[in-house]
Amino acid sequence: MMISTNLNTYLIIAAVLLVIGLYGMLQHRSLIGMLISSEFILNGAALNFMAFNRFVAPNPAVGQIYALFIMGIAAAEAAIAVSIIIAVYRKYQSEDPEAIQDMKM
Amino acid sequence: MIVYQYIAEALFYAFVALTFMGGFMAIRSRLLMHSVLGLAVSLFGVAGLYFYLGSPFLTMMQILIYVGAVCIIIVLGVMLGNTPGQLAAKKMTRKNLPIALLACTTGFIALFVATINRTDFIPATERIGDMSIRFVGENLLLQYCLAFELISVILLTAIIGSIILARGGREEKTS
Repeated sequence: MMISTNLNTYLIIAAVLLVIGLYGMLQHRSLIGMLISSEFILNGAALNFMAFNRFVAPNPAVGQIYALFIMGIAAAEAAIAVSIIIAVYRKYQSEDPEAIQDMKM
Repeated sequence: MIVYQYIAEALFYAFVALTFMGGFMAIRSRLLMHSVLGLAVSLFGVAGLYFYLGSPFLTMMQILIYVGAVCIIIVLGVMLGNTPGQLAAKKMTRKNLPIALLACTTGFIALFVATINRTDFIPATERIGDMSIRFVGENLLLQYCLAFELISVILLTAIIGSIILARGGREEKTS
């Protein structure tokens, strides 16, 4: 049996992507590293949508549209996050998440 | 003919390997720049998986938006936020490592055993349309028009917000 035409393969890959993102989020010591890890989590979600879209869904356009929206949200999120990180770095001269304890800029 | 199927299968394994190796590189490397490179490699692998899921359009968009735009934004963030001496990411504290490993392995096993392995996903009895760009475009502009407009508003808000955020920091520093 071809492994690339099996739904479970894609679900497992998406789960591994989610776990990679989670692990990176927990262990990275810089804000940019956490941003990178969040991209992995979003990609795992998009891959899940695409897999169900290909094998299960009645309307094959919905999953693609959802994955496109995830990409748009991720682009907006990356831009906002990077500008926040730059502002934080100017204020605190540090990228350590634990150095940022108070909300006042 | 069967040869091409085996080649396609081998390419599938290659894309999966790219995805996992990029992810491993992104979370384990000490340099932030290598993390971003790993992210780009991994996203390229996911783009290949989209191709195997029957959507060349999303493959293109993944390479264009993620590998092209998001990775560049993050690289800019790495270069602007760090002085060269601080480019090396700090090693994580020892107390975090077992917690992170434990959480991730239990999460993966729970997902794998409880959900993926035990559930029968039943395909829909009848499918409308196909995977073509034309059908996606029609759906995007007719049925999902509101979401389409909302995403453009979100992108506009993000652009304005990031400009304001980055400017505010600069004024504060000069004063």
